[in-house]
Amino acid sequence: MMSRDPLDELFETAGSGNRRALGKLLTMVEKRGETAAKVSERAHRDAGQARVVGVTGAPGTGKSTITGRLAAASGASRPAILAIDPSSPLTGGAILGDRIRMDNHVGNSAFIRSMATRGHAGGLAVAVPDAIRVLDAAGCDPIIVETVGVGQVEVSIAAAADTTVVVVTPGWGDAVQANKAGLLEVADIFVVNKADRPDARGARRDLELMLDLGHRSGWRASIVLTTAIEGEGIDDLWTEIERHTAHLRESGELIRRRCRRRRDEVADRIELELRDRVHQIIQNQSGEFALGRVDRNELSPAAAAELLLSTLTSDKPPEG
Amino acid sequence: MSEPPADTSFPPETDFGAPIRVVLAKLGLDGHDRGLKIVARTLRDAGMEVIYLGLRQTADSIVAACEQEDADVIGLSMHNAGHLTLAPRMVQAVDHAGLDVPVVIGGIVPADDVATLIDSGVAAVIGPGASADEVVSAVKAAVDRQTDAQ
Ligand code: B12
Ligand SMILES: Nc1nc2c(ncn2[C@@H]2O[C@H](COP(=O)(O)OP(=O)(O)OP(=O)(O)O)[C@@H](O)[C@H]2O)c(=O)[nH]1
Ligand SMILES: [Mg+2]
Repeated sequence: MMSRDPLDELFETAGSGNRRALGKLLTMVEKRGETAAKVSERAHRDAGQARVVGVTGAPGTGKSTITGRLAAASGASRPAILAIDPSSPLTGGAILGDRIRMDNHVGNSAFIRSMATRGHAGGLAVAVPDAIRVLDAAGCDPIIVETVGVGQVEVSIAAAADTTVVVVTPGWGDAVQANKAGLLEVADIFVVNKADRPDARGARRDLELMLDLGHRSGWRASIVLTTAIEGEGIDDLWTEIERHTAHLRESGELIRRRCRRRRDEVADRIELELRDRVHQIIQNQSGEFALGRVDRNELSPAAAAELLLSTLTSDKPPEG
Repeated sequence: MSEPPADTSFPPETDFGAPIRVVLAKLGLDGHDRGLKIVARTLRDAGMEVIYLGLRQTADSIVAACEQEDADVIGLSMHNAGHLTLAPRMVQAVDHAGLDVPVVIGGIVPADDVATLIDSGVAAVIGPGASADEVVSAVKAAVDRQTDAQ
């Protein structure tokens, strides 16, 4: 072996199942910046094979327990899990506590990575698309993404996954009353977890009624009852996911979804870059100067914004 | 462990740089996890990303988590008088896996045992009543020393 591109080597090692190499690659995309861009580009070459499943739902509904069991139920040789938890807005720190509910069930087969949102709103971390890409390029399949458990139903996962699973529990109805329409938009499969509790059937009936009111053409969201702590219903859930995958393939929807995903990512990346640059401009000298004038009321906020905006569009991006 | 979702007043992602990633766990049948939970919050509040493994871990399960999570440091909490066997075993497992991850210990460790643990490769030992600052500095110092050594 002559001197090879170290990144190629790292990808090859990760692809052969080396978890440390894969762990390092994920850290690289999490850090963002130039290295992340290189890793993303390299991963892009080999990605596109894996099925991507999103698992979302309110806090404590059982997402992690389900996700861990699901990885095992898939029977795949190299399943991967990305588990997202929120960063503290004040300190940037995070407690990533999903893994504790997974490890016992998945055994050694799954690769599990916990990720903090690092300030990204919407239940996912900024690096999620790249992380999925890296796992995919390394040969992991399926890739199951657990979103942050948020009060309202998290919809951004639907843009990142092929199949979106929304987890509710008995008595869920009132909690998401306001957002039932949003739910319908994103859910390919509903899970009523904690079916060991009273009125799981009632929850299913609620969902059926809601779906009767209207669903997207071609696929009516299916409903699966699970008791994840006992592992009950998880095989059925995996079967439903496979059925949905087949539907996506046959209907051409898979290609449409993935096109949309890549398009969305382009816009997201531009937005992110612009946000960073806005931040830089506000903090640099001319920004400080303009803000000082706003402080003294010599300049209106609107005029200051216009002034700084003109430097944003004329400035070269930092670092070249 | 859920927090309110981040809002738009959040500073851009770049401000975070790369937080220290720490794996926290207890080995074996020791059920005293109160201290570990407090330490998890303390480190979170100091800006670290805490991968919380909780109770009943083994040296192997911790090493496996460290690889996948690309952790910078391992924090163990020990209250069952097993530290003289378990802590060196953890350090060996880390070395054996070829990881450059320091091991920090907290909990009940008699003063006489501290030097023995440090000799066996443990990066720091923190006892009951330690302040948040002491906990945070011990973890940060362990990471810094490891980084410098490379
Ligand atoms: C609360 C307690 C319990 C609770 C535990 C509840 C829980 N979920 O944690 C209960 C009642 C369940 C319990 C049970 C037992 N306990 Co008890 N328990 C205690 C007690 C009174 C306090 C421990 C505590 O929570 N302290 C508060 C926390 C915040 O302090 P801490 O854990 O020390 O953590 C601090 C530092 O050590 C450090 N730290 C800790 N971990 C880490 C990790 C890192 C990475 C870092 C940087 C720092 C760090 O930072 C923390 C903040 O300052 C201690 C006595 C004592 N004074 O410590 C006995 C004690 C630990 N228990 C003891 C015993 C023997 C038992 C039992 C075996 C009793 C029995 N015969 O049934 C059982 C075992 C249960 C089991 N499965 O393991 C003995 C242990 C003796 C030993 N190691 O030699 C102690 C020391 C009492 C004694 N003096 O004999 N116990
Ligand atoms: N009764 C019952 N409890 C369950 C079931 N599934 C999970 N739980 C419990 O519900 C709690 C939360 O489970 P998690 O899997 O951590 O839920 P989560 O949605 O990932 O939680 P967050 O990530 O914090 O939002 C745990 O105490 C689980 O043991 C179930 O089927 N029945
Ligand atoms: Mg969870």
